[in-house]
Amino acid sequence: MGAGHAHRLYRHGHSPVHALPPHTKLAAVFAFVVVVVLTPREAVWAFGLYAVLLAYVAYLARVPAGFLLKRLLIEVPFVAFAVLMPFVAEGERVDVLGLSLSVNGLWGAWNVLAKGTLGVAASVLLAATTELRELLLGLQRLKLPPLLVQIASFMIRYGDVITDEMRRMRIARESRGFEARGVRHWGVLAKSAGALFIRSYERGERVHLAMVSRGYAGSMPVIDEVTASRAQWSYALALPFAALVVCLLGWAL
Amino acid sequence: MHVPDGFIDAPTSAVTGAVAAGALAVSLRGARRELDERTAPLAGLVAAFIFAVQMLNFPVAAGTSGHLLGGALAAILVGPYTGVLCVSVVLLMQGILFADGGLTALGVNITDMAIVTTVVSYAVFRLLVKVLPRGRRTVTAASFAAALLSVPAAAVAFTLIYAVGGTTDVSIGKVATAMIGVHVLIGLGEAAITALTVGAVIAVRPDLVHGARGLQQRLKLRVNGELVDAPTARPVPAAGAAGSHRKLWITGLVASLVLAGFVSFYASANPDGLEKVAHDKGIDRKVEKHASSDSPLAGYGVKDVSDARLSGGLAGVVGVGVTVVAGSAVFWAVRRRRTQDVSPVSTGV
Repeated sequence: MGAGHAHRLYRHGHSPVHALPPHTKLAAVFAFVVVVVLTPREAVWAFGLYAVLLAYVAYLARVPAGFLLKRLLIEVPFVAFAVLMPFVAEGERVDVLGLSLSVNGLWGAWNVLAKGTLGVAASVLLAATTELRELLLGLQRLKLPPLLVQIASFMIRYGDVITDEMRRMRIARESRGFEARGVRHWGVLAKSAGALFIRSYERGERVHLAMVSRGYAGSMPVIDEVTASRAQWSYALALPFAALVVCLLGWAL
Repeated sequence: MHVPDGFIDAPTSAVTGAVAAGALAVSLRGARRELDERTAPLAGLVAAFIFAVQMLNFPVAAGTSGHLLGGALAAILVGPYTGVLCVSVVLLMQGILFADGGLTALGVNITDMAIVTTVVSYAVFRLLVKVLPRGRRTVTAASFAAALLSVPAAAVAFTLIYAVGGTTDVSIGKVATAMIGVHVLIGLGEAAITALTVGAVIAVRPDLVHGARGLQQRLKLRVNGELVDAPTARPVPAAGAAGSHRKLWITGLVASLVLAGFVSFYASANPDGLEKVAHDKGIDRKVEKHASSDSPLAGYGVKDVSDARLSGGLAGVVGVGVTVVAGSAVFWAVRRRRTQDVSPVSTGV
């Protein structure tokens, strides 16, 4: 579990963005994404300004552009989908490079691409500058039900353990000469999944007993209560407010 | 399947967010009933399991592979409430940590993939378990049917959400055909894997399978030479005529599903507009790979596969499904009245 405490997307650093309390960052990112979604799609320049805003945050957080762009690749399957929109959407058509495309579909594709990319970039920046434990504390601070936060924290803590267990089972299968090639081998894989479930569940029971023996009574003690000063709130919320101004301009112009 | 930001408009996202929040609140209370004070660690570990098992690749053929979505599996293994919680937590963490699915689309994603999948699969599962004879094989078969229906149900839910708040006016017919058609295929894979996995767990630890709690034998204790807490006599499965009826019934169900799903799939070969466009532009070739690629987002690539033929099959399957649900409800009601005066059947919830 040694390496499991920092998730793969986290990038250690000491920038002003890293130092912000997690719940202010979560609120800021969420508000920013909401503003982006509310922006009219015809205001193309507004999305450019949003991208500039995010780039500035990335600069403040000292997240290199390469890192950010690589993380944006998670969007690729969706881009393929957006590319198809102009072909299948309704409405008047326009000829681009000899292809008949729907104007509406083009706008739709642009809409999804721009908003989706900005949303992913904002989430990536949040994940890159916030540790797991902090994120969970932030969620709790934002009044997510404590039980839900506990479940999420157990999932995060043991996610790597369970994934590792699955990896060991795969190595065990392979070292016995098994190679899954088709539907005929699903039975073996499903047995592995079943065994993995039993192991996870039993581990859950052991974890619960260990917690009870240490005085657990339904809620986790919060020892590192995070608080945010007014200055920190205003610093974090500068991003969504700037975006809101851009959004209002987009509606006005 | 993860919906990104900007795909569904803001008001609809807000409404689905409220739906998701309400369902989560109900599930939190329900999960406490299912798991008492062990809720947090157990649900957390099961969520971690779902997260891991989504990475387990099941090869289909020629280099393509698929993976489990896990909604039906979670509902059957740990119960509907805990299932909703686990899948929702997985989606929440995927959204915040891995930027997989938009933050504003969290409500849509949770409603679609956690709530609809789990609720539909559990309803189908319970109904079939009640109707069919008790036994391990019944649980496996019921999990198959539950998972099979849960995936297209999620596609239907997505289409409905899209019809209300989609940001591009692709005709709903096209979205429905493409989404549901492909998800019937995905559902077949999901069903096979879910049934096999549930079967594997039941073979080793039947007590862990929430959906198979009725199968448990009572524990016998020998205290001072006499049995304490003797097991209640298990009802002997009705042999002879009733058994053969059930067999006939199951065979009929399977046959009609196969006929409805596959034969009509080949029967109606009229390509519709989408298929024609996809063909003309040569997109469908490129895209088909996506439908079964192992990325968690792969569900989306599917939208474009040309599936006019599938839609006929789907309509058949849905028709059979509705008939079976309605018919089974009547059958179950009648059967229960008949068995009531014979012996109280102890079916642990």
